[in-house]
Amino acid sequence: MAAPYDLTDDSVVVIIGSGAGGGTLANELAQKGIDTVILEAGARHEYDSFVNDEWASFSQLSWLDNRTTSGDWRVSRDFPNLPAWIVKAVGGTTTHWAGASLRIQEHEFNALTNYGAVEGANLLDWPIGYDDLEPYYTKAEDKMGVTGTNGRERLPGNNNFKVLEAGAKALGYKTCHTGNMAINSADYDGRMSCQQTGFCFQGCKWGAKWSTLYTEIPKGEETGKLEVRPNSQVLTIEHDDSGKVTGVVYVDKDGNQQRQAARIVCVAGNSIESPRLLLNSASSKFPDGLANGSGQVGRNYMRHLTGSVYAIFEEPVNMHRGTTMAGIIQDEARHDPSRGFVGGYELETLSLGLPFMAAFLDPGAWGRTFTTALDHYNHMAGMWIVGEDMPQESNAITLHAELKDAHGLPIPDVRFTDHPNDVAMRNHAYQQGQELYKAVGATRTFPTPPYPSTHNLGTNRMSERPEDGVVNKWGQAHEIDNLFVSDGSQFTTGAAENPTLTIVALAIRQADYIAEQMGSGTI
Amino acid sequence: MTTVYKAPEGISRRDLLKRGGAVGAVALLAVSGSTIVSVDRVWGMETTALKPETMATLIQMARDIYPHDQLADKYYAVAVKEHETKAGADETHKSLIEDGIADLDGRAGEGGYRALGWEDDRVAILKEIEDTPFFQAIRGGLVVGIYNQPEVWPIFGYEGESYSQGGYINRGFDDIEWI
Ligand SMILES: Cc1cc2nc3c(=O)[nH]c(=O)nc-3n(C[C@H](O)[C@H](O)[C@H](O)COP(=O)(O)OP(=O)(O)OC[C@H]3O[C@@H](n4cnc5c(N)ncnc54)[C@H](O)[C@@H]3O)c2cc1C
Ligand code: SF4
Repeated sequence: MAAPYDLTDDSVVVIIGSGAGGGTLANELAQKGIDTVILEAGARHEYDSFVNDEWASFSQLSWLDNRTTSGDWRVSRDFPNLPAWIVKAVGGTTTHWAGASLRIQEHEFNALTNYGAVEGANLLDWPIGYDDLEPYYTKAEDKMGVTGTNGRERLPGNNNFKVLEAGAKALGYKTCHTGNMAINSADYDGRMSCQQTGFCFQGCKWGAKWSTLYTEIPKGEETGKLEVRPNSQVLTIEHDDSGKVTGVVYVDKDGNQQRQAARIVCVAGNSIESPRLLLNSASSKFPDGLANGSGQVGRNYMRHLTGSVYAIFEEPVNMHRGTTMAGIIQDEARHDPSRGFVGGYELETLSLGLPFMAAFLDPGAWGRTFTTALDHYNHMAGMWIVGEDMPQESNAITLHAELKDAHGLPIPDVRFTDHPNDVAMRNHAYQQGQELYKAVGATRTFPTPPYPSTHNLGTNRMSERPEDGVVNKWGQAHEIDNLFVSDGSQFTTGAAENPTLTIVALAIRQADYIAEQMGSGTI
Repeated sequence: MTTVYKAPEGISRRDLLKRGGAVGAVALLAVSGSTIVSVDRVWGMETTALKPETMATLIQMARDIYPHDQLADKYYAVAVKEHETKAGADETHKSLIEDGIADLDGRAGEGGYRALGWEDDRVAILKEIEDTPFFQAIRGGLVVGIYNQPEVWPIFGYEGESYSQGGYINRGFDDIEWI
């Protein structure tokens, strides 16, 4: 039975957003008996309502509120109002995500120390190390049923994987398998195993892929300590004279403004909305936005360097069949500056359906060069490049000077320009990817540009010292004790790995800290 | 506007060829009154906002932008249909399209765009205008207009929805043989 809480109840923890960070934190707190309210901007679509149709699913789940872009990235030219492909729905982007669940490597937590200062980059060591997170990684993997960890079987390889694997062998790569996926390889946690449907990006209609929508959230609700309010977009966070946050103002499902009181507020709206919310909550006491004494709120926006390589073969592949991202090569994820860049990258299988392939293979292109690629859709294999991009102060979420949303608040502008290190790494990866496919007989290869960002990170980063970032090693604002950041915007650096496992591990760890601080009356 | 998959009664194949011939050298589409008809009379399309000749040229232009020789004209017709609908509701859109097509015809010289027999010659004209709002409106709409038609998916070997068939676990997710 889900608990309903009063708007004036100032004993609750309010969590903004129900995705990887918010949904996990909510369940963890509820399990400890802490009264928790999730305010989620999007609607609640249960998994049987998902659709195996790329554009229809995109309209059903995506965050489509207006945003602008700036900077040199190609996304700004091709998709000027779609900087990111993320979700507005209960479950957040864990509805759309592919399930790749990797631990950040030990050396990546200390990027500044290990890479040295990189010109133009705002590198910093995380205030925590691998050892701090290690037990939470294990908990997160067990929670999410990650394959290839703690005794769980990996998924079987699909067609796209078999091409990748053959190419990896030909190039002499050693670490290639079907990944660590938060997708059930056997029945697990009351959910069935993967049926190889091939629509992981459209929401798993079988519930085989972990999403907070049908794991954390209902489990939290069952405790009677969690209330989830969908269609409730938070506009601002309020504070008292002492600088403690006291509640949030949101628009409810009927379009009316409400104020929910809170003992603690946790922001988990993903790396564009979370800093936007802090900036939009500026007051006379915090004129540059909440928790922004360092000026770092919204800055150091990272998106992983990304890119894809597709290839056409003489014989059919049918890459669209089966799990979208169950396939990985990890050999390039090491830090080895002899390649001409710091940090590393992962190569992961990826397939798009025909509608998205047409939109994303080479946006804006036309004519036979383009259409002859699509003519061989079923002979294509594909991979995605996920590598560490450099945090840069000038890559930032800022408030638009003129444009306002439906509630009269400035919309976010997302500015991004590649760092030379990003460009060097992407070019290296394009070359390796194309070589790999050529080694197994590709007749044509395509170094495909980055899509609108699916991994959005770093805009409220963790730092040891308050002047370097927004939150401390618990995700607690340096300036405001009862304000937390609980999503990927906490990341100090991006690392090469897909971020969600780390977001979940951090949320579990943060729940322990919040419970302990509440218990001792500190907050 | 309606899309019909059967040509209107009373127009003979010969008629069509004749009228089609009058419109241009590319005789795959014929214009009859307010209707465009494919010469094999498998489908036809009635226009109310845009001139039928404009629609016929749009269809040719769509094919030249995203040429797939294995796709029949009807798929391109469906893909550009939105411009007829929009033109009906919005005068600005109507002029964007009519003026854009008139410009294309002007650049092509006598007989207009559709009279140019070689794709390369038509593409050369499209290259001249590819940065115009007209071209971008047509091209942009086609990305979804063509490739999001479930009817074209099998032609490319894309199998679409798979949940109702139990996914691919027993239907070839790992059936690759040549690797
Ligand atoms: C297609 C795709 C594939 C992906 N694949 C992978 C993968 O394989 N592995 C991986 O690790 N990651 C993957 N990701 C990324 C992953 O989904 C995200 O990293 C993760 O979901 C981020 O978690 P989060 O909690 O920061 O935000 P989200 O999960 O995006 O949740 C944020 C929630 O906050 C809500 N919200 C925002 N602002 C407000 C507001 N003002 N008021 C109320 N609610 C608000 C949003 O509606 C949303 O529901 C993928 C993403 C996409 C799009
Ligand atoms: S491939 Fe597996 S995980 Fe992906 S949507 Fe289908 S059943 Fe779910």
